[in-house]
Amino acid sequence: MFYREAGDFKISYVADNQTFPIAFDRYRYYAILVVGFLVLPFWVDDYLVNAILAPFFIYAIAAIGLNILTGYCGQVSLGTGGFMAVGAYSCYKLMTGFPDVSIVLHIILAGGITAVVGTVFGLPSLRIKGFYLAVATLAAQFFLVWLFNRVSWFYNYSASGQINAPERTVFNVPVTGPNVEPWAMYLICLFFAFFSAVIARNLTRGTLGRTWMAIRDMDIAAEIIGVNPLRAKLTAFAISSFFVGISGALFFAVYLGAAEAGDSFGIQKSFIVLFMIIIGGLGSIFGSFAGAALLVVLPVFLKLIGVDLFGWPTDLVAHIQLVIVGLLIILFLVLEPHGLAQLWRIAKEKLRLWPFPH
Amino acid sequence: MPDQVLFGIEVVINGLMAGVLYALVALGFVLIFKASGIFNFAQGVMALFAAMTLVGIQDGQVPFSHLINAIFGTKIHHFGWEVHSILAILVTIVVMIVLAWAVQHFIFKHLVGQEPIILFMATIGLAYFLEGVADLMWGAEIKTLNVCLADGVCLPQGINGFLDATTFNWFGYGLFIDNLDISATIVAVILVAILVIFSQYTKQGRAMRAVADDHQAALSVGISLNYIWILVWSVAGFVALVAGIMWGAKSGVQFSLSLIALKALPVLMLGGFTSIPGAIIGGLIIGVGEKLFEFLVGSMIGGATENWFAYVLALLFLVFRPQGLFGERIIERV
Repeated sequence: MFYREAGDFKISYVADNQTFPIAFDRYRYYAILVVGFLVLPFWVDDYLVNAILAPFFIYAIAAIGLNILTGYCGQVSLGTGGFMAVGAYSCYKLMTGFPDVSIVLHIILAGGITAVVGTVFGLPSLRIKGFYLAVATLAAQFFLVWLFNRVSWFYNYSASGQINAPERTVFNVPVTGPNVEPWAMYLICLFFAFFSAVIARNLTRGTLGRTWMAIRDMDIAAEIIGVNPLRAKLTAFAISSFFVGISGALFFAVYLGAAEAGDSFGIQKSFIVLFMIIIGGLGSIFGSFAGAALLVVLPVFLKLIGVDLFGWPTDLVAHIQLVIVGLLIILFLVLEPHGLAQLWRIAKEKLRLWPFPH
Repeated sequence: MPDQVLFGIEVVINGLMAGVLYALVALGFVLIFKASGIFNFAQGVMALFAAMTLVGIQDGQVPFSHLINAIFGTKIHHFGWEVHSILAILVTIVVMIVLAWAVQHFIFKHLVGQEPIILFMATIGLAYFLEGVADLMWGAEIKTLNVCLADGVCLPQGINGFLDATTFNWFGYGLFIDNLDISATIVAVILVAILVIFSQYTKQGRAMRAVADDHQAALSVGISLNYIWILVWSVAGFVALVAGIMWGAKSGVQFSLSLIALKALPVLMLGGFTSIPGAIIGGLIIGVGEKLFEFLVGSMIGGATENWFAYVLALLFLVFRPQGLFGERIIERV
């Protein structure tokens, strides 16, 4: 009734090409932004930010990154954890090496460094594909984590082998270190998640995104119609790693405060982010957010139910969580291979025709 | 002979033994991949699952006891009996066959015709699921696995005294070879022989090879794909059990088992996904390669290179020969 394009006439190509062509969608989007940026910061508390919101935004950025590579360009990667580690450690080196430069710049630069590393590890994708590539990216995962554990230059020769984020401020408000207010942590994560989503959304519907999708759908045919596979694959690796690097930098500097490559950025991280995009929806920016939300909320929810309500031991709940995550993956692949994003699309389509279904 | 050379020889022999264990896991991958085109990421977890089930049955643990205790507030852990190894192995084989049926019936039957990469992701989900179920059933603590075929005839542990003494007499340096590694090699040889005989001389084995060659042709001569796929997953489950016993006896039955099994992936990439000899030779190359690299170069660059060497070797190798050493040539058609 209210959710349709009828009567909403566009008078310019720009208006016709906008991300949300339906007016209701557009206003909903603005409303969410207003709530996210102007209302929630005054309302959030420590628990909400630390348990749900901050990891949600950070994982969403990582999921956007992996979705560009896997969902849009069709190159499966199991090295996300390793690339997050690159972001974290380069952010740490920049923070300690240039203390006077803004932390925001450091995080973006950390993304840039990760993009370079990601491109190097993306080179084999020109020769190999499918699960061969997936296994090849495992090399990146294990090698990078080993590198950060063994070469002490990366953690400034500290005795513990850990990296600790020093205090840095944005507009005189601390955003890293021990004295971070919940709302500051929330806002900086939201800021990066928002801009990552906007950039990724616009990249994927432009020329670059179309070449990625052509490569994903059939690389030989894409090559024949003039898509340069070298450029397409390497840009996908670079841009994907850029986002993953930013999320790794945020994860270490803002969220954890202290990290160790093997614990914080192990192979499990790679799997979790991969699961997020499978459940959320391959090839969808909204899906990255939906998948991240589900997999961040699920453990918290299970802990609330299992440990706090029933008083079960924590390890038991952790095992149940493994079973549920595994089941979810299989269920989504069998029943709805396009994930939560597809359910959302179907719901919108239904709503567009409501209340007259024809 | 100088000690360094002898030490190097010892490293090579130990690498060969470790390679046999990698090859055991890789075999299961190849079987499933050849027959159904599914790249079974869960093979390592299947080995863990099989080993945990074996230990649990042997020790007479009550399955899901933690869950039951948590829900009903009871305190049951053991039935109070111990099961003989052979019987326990048989029961575990039955469990693996049931698992094979369930995997085929509930997952891959519904995914026929999907892209290989989707199937691959489904097996990652399966790996998580199985890991959770295994932990729920038998508990996540590290278990020791002792397999005894009869009274006093157990899987041997520890250094082989005979080899040690002989080499010491000959060269003045005793080679340190684990008894378990030797028995693992023997078991692996027997297993491969059984697999070869099974696939060459039995009706089911021939059907399996026919399906591996061409699904549709096999279907048209009356071979039931469903049956063959369950069979293949069962055989892979059996191979996983053998691998699980060997790994479990070596380093305890624990979660890291499934991570060690990840090493089977570079083994496959070296050997080619479709070749059983490739899996074995790839395993040996990776085993020797990573031990030698650690011995020669590792100490110079910080050690623990075994974590990544196999993957990087496979990665470099793939750039030059994408189908692996023995894999079929990849031909692409549009």
